[in-house]
This record gives sequence, C-alpha cells and structure tokens, in this order.
Amino acid sequence: MTTTFRAKTLIATLLCALCALTLASSVFAGSSAKGKDASAVAAVTQINDTDSMRVAGEQRFHANCGRCHAAPQKFPPRMMATILRHMRVRATITDQDRHLILFYMTQ
Amino acid sequence: MILADVWVLEILILVSTGLAAQIPDTDKLETDKPVPILTGSIGNFSFVTGGQNLIDSQINPILLVPLGDNWLIESRAEFEGQFQRPLGGGPYQGPVTKHVDYAQIDYIPSPYVTITAGRFLTPFGIFNERLYPVWIRFLQPDPLILPINTVDSDGVMLRGGFPVNGKANMNYAAYVSATSIGIGSVDSERHVGGRMGFFFPGPRLEVGGSGQRTLQDARKNAFGYHIGWQSSKLPLSMRAEMARSYEGSGYWIEGAYRLSQVHFWQKAMRRTELVARAQGYYVGEIGSDGAANLDLPSADTREADFGLNYFLRDGLKGIVSYGRQFSSAGNANQWSFGFAYRFLVPLGRVGEQP
Repeated sequence: MTTTFRAKTLIATLLCALCALTLASSVFAGSSAKGKDASAVAAVTQINDTDSMRVAGEQRFHANCGRCHAAPQKFPPRMMATILRHMRVRATITDQDRHLILFYMTQ
Repeated sequence: MILADVWVLEILILVSTGLAAQIPDTDKLETDKPVPILTGSIGNFSFVTGGQNLIDSQINPILLVPLGDNWLIESRAEFEGQFQRPLGGGPYQGPVTKHVDYAQIDYIPSPYVTITAGRFLTPFGIFNERLYPVWIRFLQPDPLILPINTVDSDGVMLRGGFPVNGKANMNYAAYVSATSIGIGSVDSERHVGGRMGFFFPGPRLEVGGSGQRTLQDARKNAFGYHIGWQSSKLPLSMRAEMARSYEGSGYWIEGAYRLSQVHFWQKAMRRTELVARAQGYYVGEIGSDGAANLDLPSADTREADFGLNYFLRDGLKGIVSYGRQFSSAGNANQWSFGFAYRFLVPLGRVGEQP
C-alpha cells in the first residue's frame, strides 16, 4: 500500500516536472522566434550564405565535438557523412548542428 | 508499466516541444552519400596496482553501415587480453575475452527522434556511451562507479536532440531492455530508463540526469547526474558524474588542461595534456561480495589520479598516470603507462579530401 502510494507520488512528481519543462521550453522557443537573442554564440537562426554557414559550422564543431574528445582532422566528405550520422545518434547532437558541422568539415 | 507510460509521454512532449523550435532548412547541403566505415581504437597499457603489473591489450573495432538516408547499422566489439605474472613467478598469462558491446540498427524518421533496436550501450550517465573509448578518455583506469547500471541493454530505445531556444539544446534517451547479458550468472534482466540533458553551446555547458528502474523480482531504482563544461577561453575541459543505486553510490570529477598556451617548447606543449580525476564509491545494499561480482570495489573507496597525455598525432596518444586509492580494504598506488590509437578506414570509394 505504502509502496503504491510512493509510486503514484513519484509519477505525479515526474508529470509535474515534465509539464513545467514543456512550458519552459515553449516559452524559450517563443522568445527565440521573436528574435530577442540574436547575439547567442550558437543561435538557432536561419543561415543561408556560405561564409556564415562555415563560421556557424566551426563554432558548433568545437562546441559539440569538444563535449567528449579533442577535435579530429577532416576526412573525405562521404566518410564525414557517415561519422556525423553516427555522432548524431551517439552524442544526440541536433539535426541542424549535424548539417552545419558536416558543411564545415567538408569545405 | 506505469513508468514506461511516463517515458512514452515524455517522448511525446519532447517531440512536440522540438517542433516549436526554429529549424533551418539545410537539407540541400547534403550531396555526398555516406560510405561504410570501419573505425575503432587500439590500446596497450600497463597497470601497476600495489606492485602487481597487469598488461592490458585491447582492440575495439566499430563497424558503421549507413543505409539510405535514414538508417544506420552500427556495432562495436571488444577483444581484450589481460596478462599478469602468477604470484609464484613465471611468464605473463591471462584470459583473452571478446564481447559485442553493441549491435544496433538506428532509424531516423524525423529531426527529433532516432529509433534504435538491438543491443545498445545503456544511456546511464555519459561515460559509458560517450567517453569509454581509450582514445577519448582522459585517464585510462575506469571510473570506480562505471559498472553501476551500465550493463548492455537489449531492446528498443528512442533518442534525439533538438534546440529549445537560441541558447540551449535538449537531448534525451528512453529505453526498454528485455534482456541483458553479464549480470553475474543470471544473464537476464528487464529494465526501463532514460536520460535527459541540456547543452548550452554558448558557455559550452552540459547538464543532465539519468534514471533506471529494474523490473525484476526486487524492483530497484537508480539515479545519476552528469555535467560537462569546456572553457572557451582556456584549453580546459571538466566533467563529472554521480550515481546512486542499489549497487552503491559514488561520483567522479575529472579535468583536462592542454598546455597550448605555455610560451616555451610550444611544439611539444600544445600536444601535451594534464589530466586529473577525483572519485569515490560507497558500497550499497548489494554488499561487498555483490559489489565485487560487478567489478565494483568491495569496500568504500576514494581515489585521486593525475596523468599526462601526449598527442603524437590525430588519434594517437601516449599516456602516463599515477593514482592513490584509499580504501577500508587497504590503500594502494596505481601507475599506468601505454598508448591509445584511433583508426578509421573507409569500406568504399570516398570523395576528395577537403
């Protein structure tokens, strides 16, 4: 009986935390859409021109890859495509970061 | 069952949250088809603990086979030989073991979700999944708490990462494992669990937590937390984990400082990295014998390690470290020497080097 009560309390706490997390995320996403934070180093913004993409790719390369290991050398494009797909799964990097890092690493 | 429902709910929330974030259309960038790759690491180390030398030679090949635009088959095996002189003297001898760490298929149906099936590394904390390879880890001896809830999982996992705003990315993993191999002699376990983290690219800070519930006769919960940080001004990396479970609790915190800013012997210094780790483990309800069966210390233990890594070239480094272990079962010194190498071989035609 006590165990069941504890389990229900735990689940209720988790649900509350997730709801709060969702609310906070939505608020943050909304503020991003309003362009309040254009100065962020790795801001999630529309990046179109080649130079900006290369700069953004380099920033995200160092930020993401440095989470685990020293920056590796560049490899041929078809190898980089495989490596980045592997890293997307292994390191849960975002799809956008994967695209930009791939662009930077194949220039 | 109820917790499994919670994880499903969590995934739905995460996906819906991710959809609200702003994602640029960069699909047009990808024109090069990925090629299968054989990669992995080779290491040869000498661990001297309490005066007893252990020679550890290992090779960990990883096979990556991309299929189409959304699939990836990946597998890592471990072949390891550990050789010691018998107590009475004589030539080095010991077992050579082989083990499939993971053999999984990944399907990427959307930018926010990857579906994984097969045997996979259990995402409890970050060391087991991301920092384990010998060419990546700062110090070669395993953290004391590594065996806690990191036995391989066999089942299904949902995972992914997406930006939640301009300053933060969220990543998650949720899994159900029906069978695991390597738990003593039982060779079977059911568990569910997950990990959630936030990465802030600006300050290069990552924080997160893990949870796991064992669905055996005795239902046990385990929790863990992790943090990582890379300075953008100094060549300094810090990371830490803590875990609390039926098997015990503990922590490790480690840092690495590349001497690239030293003004003398710059050619050598920029290849040199100083590393250190502090850690502790406290035996849980499992008891001393149970802990020893899981390769955990059999008594409360604290340890401090210091080391130096020298990067001879990309993917090849020499290592040396010293550690002092303080345990109620006895204190000991631990020296380690050796090298670690990462290899990468394409299994098909590749494009030109950029």
